[in-house]
Amino acid sequence: MNWIAIGVTVKLAALTSLVLLGIGVGIAYWLSFSRWRWKFLVESIVALPLVLPPTVLGFYILVAIGPHSPVGRFYADLVGHALPFTFEGLLFASILYSLPFAVQPFAAAFDQVDRRLIEASWTLGASKLQTFFKLILPLSLTGVITGVVLSFAHTLGEFGVVLMVGGNIEGETRTVSIDIYDEVQVLNYAGAAKTAFFLLVVSYLVLLCVYAMNRKVWAVWPQR
Amino acid sequence: MAATLSLDCRKTFPRGLTVSVQLELPLDPPLVLILFGPSGSGKTTVLRCLAGLEQPEEGTIRFGQDLWVDAARRQVVPPQARHLGYMPQDYALFPTHTVTGNIEYGLSDLPQAERRRRVSEALALLQLQGLEQSKPRQLSGGQQQRVALARAIARQPQLLLLDEPLSALDAPTRGALCSELRALLTRLKIPTVVVTHDWTEALTLGDRIAVMSEGKILQVGVPQEVFSRPANESVAQIVGVETVVQGQVSDSAHGLATVQVNGIAMKALAVDAIGPSVYVCIRAEDVVLEQAGSGMTSARNHLAGRVDAIDPRGVMVQVKIDCGFPLTAVITRGAVEELRLAPGAPVIAAIKAGSVHLVSRSVV
Repeated sequence: MNWIAIGVTVKLAALTSLVLLGIGVGIAYWLSFSRWRWKFLVESIVALPLVLPPTVLGFYILVAIGPHSPVGRFYADLVGHALPFTFEGLLFASILYSLPFAVQPFAAAFDQVDRRLIEASWTLGASKLQTFFKLILPLSLTGVITGVVLSFAHTLGEFGVVLMVGGNIEGETRTVSIDIYDEVQVLNYAGAAKTAFFLLVVSYLVLLCVYAMNRKVWAVWPQR
Repeated sequence: MAATLSLDCRKTFPRGLTVSVQLELPLDPPLVLILFGPSGSGKTTVLRCLAGLEQPEEGTIRFGQDLWVDAARRQVVPPQARHLGYMPQDYALFPTHTVTGNIEYGLSDLPQAERRRRVSEALALLQLQGLEQSKPRQLSGGQQQRVALARAIARQPQLLLLDEPLSALDAPTRGALCSELRALLTRLKIPTVVVTHDWTEALTLGDRIAVMSEGKILQVGVPQEVFSRPANESVAQIVGVETVVQGQVSDSAHGLATVQVNGIAMKALAVDAIGPSVYVCIRAEDVVLEQAGSGMTSARNHLAGRVDAIDPRGVMVQVKIDCGFPLTAVITRGAVEELRLAPGAPVIAAIKAGSVHLVSRSVV
């Protein structure tokens, strides 16, 4: 089993879901509470990675962060090297790719919060920020954890975007899914099988956590 | 100029209701104002405008020296800065917080010692000791109502807003808690606005009442006055109780209470936990008129009096009688002719004990 690839993948997934926890909560809060009539435009953009082929998304990200784009040039001037085919470039792509997997559960959880509770909080002197941390976040904790876990799991298995943006550099951008592909290319089925099984088990365990957490009735637990 | 809460604003809803109200409430001494009316009359909207949760399109809201809303200049003080105690109809207790957590919620800017003191004070005032660590869903309706009140008053607000404070409770609990609430409001001495559609609550709790219908205030006054002297037909129809007089319960036995009204003894169904000082309330439909000198009936109260005035009201006729206190009856035109009623004519008003409603006015 390629432990280096596993290490890169887990690091990528952990950082992606961490960043998405910050950005995603902000976007989801805005989507849930804004009364702007055109907010569906933003909603559809956030959902785009769900339907777009990863190669298409990867292609545009590659162009966007490449040395010929303003963003890419700015980054290269700042850091000294270009973004494509680096871990940071891959992280940036992963964040975009997994955005809906974090934002949608977050927003769904915020939508569930009774607006009358929020109003009561305001009349008790709590600002919108205090209300968010004291009331909204505790009430939507399951949804927030679900979003973090889902974006983690989704990043573990990404292939197309990694191939387009990250390339295949050992220890830097070579993730588990690329490693499996390489093993199959050189007809090393035994190596591919081990890594594939590892990914299968991890993904299953992660989803198990999500569904267990969202299960409403736990006979052995006291009622919530 | 004495401090007042003054409200002069308008709000239109997409569904068609336009709420347009002008209202003044003196703040010193603190009074309890009742917003009274059928559902959909806009009373909750007025309360939400006062809370800052709804913005009027036009007009101003002023609390003492503070200008809360000036729609023309797009100035609005947010609910956070109004220093309110607001209790919505379903209480909106925070399910993730304990009873203590709920009460403490609005006190986060106070030092811890003061916070503790306020919480234990509120717990004691509303008899919630022992429930400190319970979550709202473990509480009964009456307990939830008391937690919501405790949360609202723990901040020592400058204005208390209660939306249908008793409507979520079952009838027996409601009666008892209504008197408790009256005692609490008297003790707190905080200007209070209460929304209700229940006339017994209005009479028990209110110092002033504003009767609302279809987004407008029809009459403002002392509850007893408004009930017994409605400004027009609509007000009379909304309040529905034409005779409200002060009385003293002198005796209570076998489920029947004796009430003295201007020296006249009346029988009424006894109500538990009611002080000696009461309002005696009688609906005009429940008053039967008889010719003087006619025989016995099953009604417990036979009041001799004279006709004061006769007002035709559609198919019915409203007859005002002076029987030691002013009493209003509604009878048919035929009955007026048969009884040969005319101003000054003697008449006997019969009222069943069950139709004489007693509403507590005692301050505990």
